[in-house]
Amino acid sequence: MPTETDHGPEKVRFARVTKRFGDHTVLDGLDLAVAPGERVTLIGPSGSGKTTILRLLMTLERVTDGVVHVDGEPYSHMPSGRAGDKLVPADERYLAPRRRRVGMVFQQFNLFPHMSVLANVMEAPRHVLGLDGDEAAARARDLLGLVGLAEKEDEHPTRLSGGQQQRVAIARALAMRPELLLLDEVTSALDPELVAEVLDVLRDVAAGTDITMLCVTHEMGFARDISHRILMFDEGRVLESDAPERLLDDPEHERTRAFLRSIG
Amino acid sequence: MWDMDAARAALPVVLSGFGVTLLATVLGFAVAVVAGLGVALVQRSGPRWIALPVGALASFVRSTPVMVQLFAAWVLVPGLDPLTLGVLVLGLHYATYLSEVYRAGIDAVPKGQWEACTALSLPRRRVWRAVVLPQAVRKVLPALGNYAVSMFKETPFLSVITVNEMVHEASTFGSTHFAYLESFTLAAAVFLLASWPTSVLVRRLEARLAH
Repeated sequence: MPTETDHGPEKVRFARVTKRFGDHTVLDGLDLAVAPGERVTLIGPSGSGKTTILRLLMTLERVTDGVVHVDGEPYSHMPSGRAGDKLVPADERYLAPRRRRVGMVFQQFNLFPHMSVLANVMEAPRHVLGLDGDEAAARARDLLGLVGLAEKEDEHPTRLSGGQQQRVAIARALAMRPELLLLDEVTSALDPELVAEVLDVLRDVAAGTDITMLCVTHEMGFARDISHRILMFDEGRVLESDAPERLLDDPEHERTRAFLRSIG
Repeated sequence: MWDMDAARAALPVVLSGFGVTLLATVLGFAVAVVAGLGVALVQRSGPRWIALPVGALASFVRSTPVMVQLFAAWVLVPGLDPLTLGVLVLGLHYATYLSEVYRAGIDAVPKGQWEACTALSLPRRRVWRAVVLPQAVRKVLPALGNYAVSMFKETPFLSVITVNEMVHEASTFGSTHFAYLESFTLAAAVFLLASWPTSVLVRRLEARLAH
């Protein structure tokens, strides 16, 4: 049963988290801690549970067992019972204010196709944070400038290249000023020549902010540049975890070496 | 044989009925568009104790003839004027079709759109209003148009509860002047003239939304 753990300084803590889909176990009693401001990249073969970690943090999935903590308090669960010492699955009221601190960029961008670029970026600041139209527009324009798309604000997303769409999606996620940013294979759906423009934007974000970042990617050059730590996943467990230079250049496990060779 | 004088006399009568037909269609479809959306939303995300009976009632209404429903309402709901009653019955009957259309449109909105809404913490109402419904309705606009045309052509059923719509007027004229051929032909022509361009418009719309 899930139990309360100590309130450490961690931004994120997975305490013996298990996630099963049917009888397929994706995460198997995972323990994981991420410090505030830390940039962690998750690598490993597909199906090894990396994306599930991000999706649990975005509340797109629910844990099967164990507890996810954010900012030292339960996140997948909430305190209950007379003394508040029992944990039950978090309900929407508990989650809503906590989820706002988390943002996500998806592999398939998931922009709103019927809204302009500007409206996409303004949507959450206006209707979640309650900014008025001018404030939200100003914030959105700032961010579109940051991702190099200031002149595209009136376009609809479908008229942009994949790389441009993904940069809008990054601006849209940043518009909520998240403390934790989840990047789920953000360049995997892009033509090769469009990958660099997206990664450059993310390098700028990483360099210019202290947002905690969790990143699933196959771009090892990017992972090396932005990560403090890389975790190698295999079959729902962390196989090894180390600084990028160590893990990428001198991995401990043969499986890690084989994986790194396979993605070349 | 075709009597030109009778036709000339019938035309204004038939056209006056057309006004009622048009009114019944517009109001009835407005009822259907709103109530259909309500049924679709309740069935999709309402609590079970209301979603189940609404679903059962909707499939009951869908699978019984509209004319029977008109008669039943006529008998069971006294005190409403025929046009209002007819608009409500026709509108609710079509609402049960439109709820299925909406459902298909909502199902066609990609999962990623919902996930983006969660990632942005958008409140539930805003997700429906600003993200899901605009995309869903766009996808089903041609189907909605087809149902509007189809409802238009079913308004003559309203004559059974004495609404003086176009076919009712044509029939009355036919019996008093013994000129059924002329009055009904004119009514048919007006239906054709009104629904044909609408169908073309709907097909154009369909083609434009297809890409």
